[in-house]
Amino acid sequence: MAYKRNIDRLPIPPRDARVNNVTCHFCIVGCGYKAYTWPMNRQGGPAPGENAYGEDLRGQQGADSAGWVAPSMYNVVKQDGRDVQIVIKPDHDCVVNSGLGSIRGARMAEVSYSAVTGTQQARLTDPLIWRYGTMSPTSWEDSLSLVAEVTRRVVEEQGEDGLIVSAYDHGGAGGGYENTWATGKLYFESMKVKNIRIHNRPAYNSEVHGTRDMGVGELNNCYEDAELADTIFVAGANSLETQTNYFLNHWVPNLRGTSLDKKKQELPNEPHAAARVIIVDPRRTVTIAACEAEAGKDNVLHLQINSGTDLALFNALFTEIASRGWVDRSFINASTTGFDAAVAGNRTSVEDAARITGLSVADIRKAASWIAEPKQGGARRRTMFAYEKGIIWGNDNYRTNQAMVNVALATGNIGRPGGGCVRLGGHQEGYARPSDAHVGRPAAYVDQLLIQGKGGIHHVWGCDHFKTTLNAGEFKRTYQRRTNMVKEAMDSVPAGDRPAQVEAIMKAIRAGGLFTVNVDIVPTQIGSCAHVVLPAATSGEMNLTSMNGERRMRLTERYMDPPGRAMPDCLIAARLAQALERTWRAAGKAEVADRFRGYDWQTEEDAFNDGYRKHEKGGEFVTYARLRAMGTNGFQEPAVGLAGTGPVAAGTTTGATPGMVVQGPAIEGARGKEPVQQAGPNTGLSAAAAPPSGGTEPIIGTKRLYADGKFNRPDGRATFAVAEWRGLQAEGKQAEKDKHRFLINNGRANHVWQSAYLDQHNDFVRDRFPYPYIEMNPADMQELRLSPGDLVEVFNGNGATQAVAWPEAQVRRNETFMLFAYPTGVQGNVVSKATNELIIPNYKQTWGDIRKISDAPAAVRHLSWKTQEYRPAG
Amino acid sequence: MSGCNKVAEAGRRFFLGRGALAAAGAAAVAAAPAAPAKAAPALAQVTYPRAKLANIRDLKPNEPLDIAYPDADSPGVLLKLGTRVEGGVGPDGDVVAYSTLCPHKGYPMFYRTDDRTLNCPGHYSRFDCEKGGLQVWGHATQNLAQYRLRVDGNGDIQAEGVDELIYGRHSNVLG
Repeated sequence: MAYKRNIDRLPIPPRDARVNNVTCHFCIVGCGYKAYTWPMNRQGGPAPGENAYGEDLRGQQGADSAGWVAPSMYNVVKQDGRDVQIVIKPDHDCVVNSGLGSIRGARMAEVSYSAVTGTQQARLTDPLIWRYGTMSPTSWEDSLSLVAEVTRRVVEEQGEDGLIVSAYDHGGAGGGYENTWATGKLYFESMKVKNIRIHNRPAYNSEVHGTRDMGVGELNNCYEDAELADTIFVAGANSLETQTNYFLNHWVPNLRGTSLDKKKQELPNEPHAAARVIIVDPRRTVTIAACEAEAGKDNVLHLQINSGTDLALFNALFTEIASRGWVDRSFINASTTGFDAAVAGNRTSVEDAARITGLSVADIRKAASWIAEPKQGGARRRTMFAYEKGIIWGNDNYRTNQAMVNVALATGNIGRPGGGCVRLGGHQEGYARPSDAHVGRPAAYVDQLLIQGKGGIHHVWGCDHFKTTLNAGEFKRTYQRRTNMVKEAMDSVPAGDRPAQVEAIMKAIRAGGLFTVNVDIVPTQIGSCAHVVLPAATSGEMNLTSMNGERRMRLTERYMDPPGRAMPDCLIAARLAQALERTWRAAGKAEVADRFRGYDWQTEEDAFNDGYRKHEKGGEFVTYARLRAMGTNGFQEPAVGLAGTGPVAAGTTTGATPGMVVQGPAIEGARGKEPVQQAGPNTGLSAAAAPPSGGTEPIIGTKRLYADGKFNRPDGRATFAVAEWRGLQAEGKQAEKDKHRFLINNGRANHVWQSAYLDQHNDFVRDRFPYPYIEMNPADMQELRLSPGDLVEVFNGNGATQAVAWPEAQVRRNETFMLFAYPTGVQGNVVSKATNELIIPNYKQTWGDIRKISDAPAAVRHLSWKTQEYRPAG
Repeated sequence: MSGCNKVAEAGRRFFLGRGALAAAGAAAVAAAPAAPAKAAPALAQVTYPRAKLANIRDLKPNEPLDIAYPDADSPGVLLKLGTRVEGGVGPDGDVVAYSTLCPHKGYPMFYRTDDRTLNCPGHYSRFDCEKGGLQVWGHATQNLAQYRLRVDGNGDIQAEGVDELIYGRHSNVLG
């Protein structure tokens, strides 16, 4: 039977319950929530005046009620050392989600650590060290001193290249400004570590170098643009499942036509209709089905391309639009360079593109028309361009990204209402780090270095390569072997004899071993190899700032205690830095020790003030107090001033003179998200009158980037790119395709956040997905004698993995779709190590064969194998 | 004394374990200082009414019958699926009943006869009526509330309880 909680009544928070601002710590959208906490021995009542929601709970509540709380939104947690009841429910006043809660975010309470209800008991509570053949608890001081000492010894012997780092660089639970700053300061300022990588890719690089190099930061519009667009053009994204409430709250109104009044009001003097949508995806997704249900099939164009051929399509659209003259000539002239060269260099006929992509000529022409054919009366068509992992983890990332931005620039759709050319995003963002210029480009392919036996110590912050890397099978085998060498060495001498331990560890490292420290909130698969594990706090257990996909920055307030002795990452990094200072000083290297000063932070706010406030554009306006006062709506980065004193510059620009970079050029290079603010008498660190640091004045933000037509290039102009089609770019992909029958396309499921690091411990999700699924065409399943739920092996020359088969008639023959990054079957095992020239992995274009392992396991026999796709009534 | 406290703590932990959160609410009710002095002690569980939904003769295979339970404001559906299912009642083991308010945002759902699912027009969630209301796909953080049924000797189908919190209620039984 389906999992049921058998909960038939929930406590009601009293009127005076404490209320904290919460931004969901999962996906990029960053929905607003409120956390209500109250003592165990108190409760409110159902009348509006008796409960914290101010809602009438006495009768059956209607749809979209602000008063209803699902059991997953309730828990009992520790707050300031005491058990309290907690409800975390969607905020109806947040402009991002307007009260909507996703299947992931609306479980934030239930996936919190509770010693009372037993949720997330897997959370790490103590620093652990490998002792006596197991991971054993110890003190912060003991664990950090070992990490520091081994780090110093490795750096002394191998240089800083011997220290390999894996670290998140995002927002929400994937970082946040406090934590990215602290880790960045440690590795990029106190040290110059260049062998570093990010959580889901094997190098330290942007996923969207292509657009940034053209001068177009990737988060340049606002969510309202999806309500204003005439056409939404989306490639390689399944937004209903991966940006759920952005899709539901901002795309759907436009598809339904309910945002028409807003369009007419904000954009008078041009005709308006409900939106049309073009979706480029080799798979028919639930997003497409939802678009058809809302807009009608006539207004939805699914370009079901051959996997990996997006670039040829984009170039054909660019060519077609240019040849018909549907371009924004005045924008091109004023704000761009290289248009004519790009038209010549990317020339692709509709017929050639049809052959490559498998689409019809008519559909490509139709797409060009929907994107760019002027509206009645000659008004420019407003098209919003959006993309995500289908492009980012797809064939020829850099050029494909650029080919799409070409179309957006040619049609004048960046920096204008109803436009934008944006990545849709996975995690929220929260990047504030010193320059990473020393990392170089291309950045080091870190996972290959580890496989090749390089490095002596590995610092891992919130990353689990075993689930989220490519060539994962080989990586795991090598990593286990190397780290086990050190474990055996540690077992060979008494644990309490620190000098002997360090000597044994160093000897093993010299023989090819690897010492690894893992900082995380839960035990991870790569963490099973660690010698030291350090327990971290997550969002809500600490104050944490991040921004969402429209650069909306909010503060999630601390509403509960971290488990056990867990600490915010920024404070762990600070203590590690201080331990490094001590060990270098003890070793007589005062000049090295001195580099690790400046970490005397007591709170996460200290880290924020040291990092974001001093180093990010507009940071001088942003304080915890102001963010707290701005609630779940926050402001859109970059900050440009404070209410009362007004913006210090009109809009944003690359500077007072073209190309002028006012503040933080290195950060700009690394981040490329927005232009720097214009220099003015009241801006910048050098300003005579710095903004006050006290007060709760609202912060003035930036709704859209590039509204002034100036871009992130030295001359202030965006540049078109020549991006020619070159087939399957990554080495060996074409041969893999030729050799194996099935496309092993892969991605996300609505139920699951990221690698299921919390969901794997959640009864509701674990019941639904004990194993990853692989969607297959029923006829293919029949040929392989597979029944629904049967366990299959997916295999190719790169490795093998497992999944349960889910028949889906909408999946094309010889194509499949497998859940990505799942703990009980890692799709990355069958992804080759080949990347693009900038070390961006190519997860999407993977081919393999499939064979049956066994009949459906007991854990899946109660599940449903019906189609996930919604079809309207009638 | 500390030993006594530990026992009390262990008891409370058991009491508040997952699957007993409803009891936690009830416990809090019992402890509310505002409770009238003369009120009878509250029970630990919600007391469900027993209500006749239909007679087995009224049902035809795969034809949904609108019902309401535990009260008139809580719409539901009674189904004879035509195939024996786990949790089904009646002579063929194929009779089931569910709330039809989507446990995501409370929109009324419609039944698809072609695949025996309840579907939400609000945000596209789908629930499998042959699998205990399992959410096939959707936004709800719970599977669909199913009614506990009993068939009397005369074929009357009685509802006697619910296995999940119904949308729009802090308590499945109000008032």
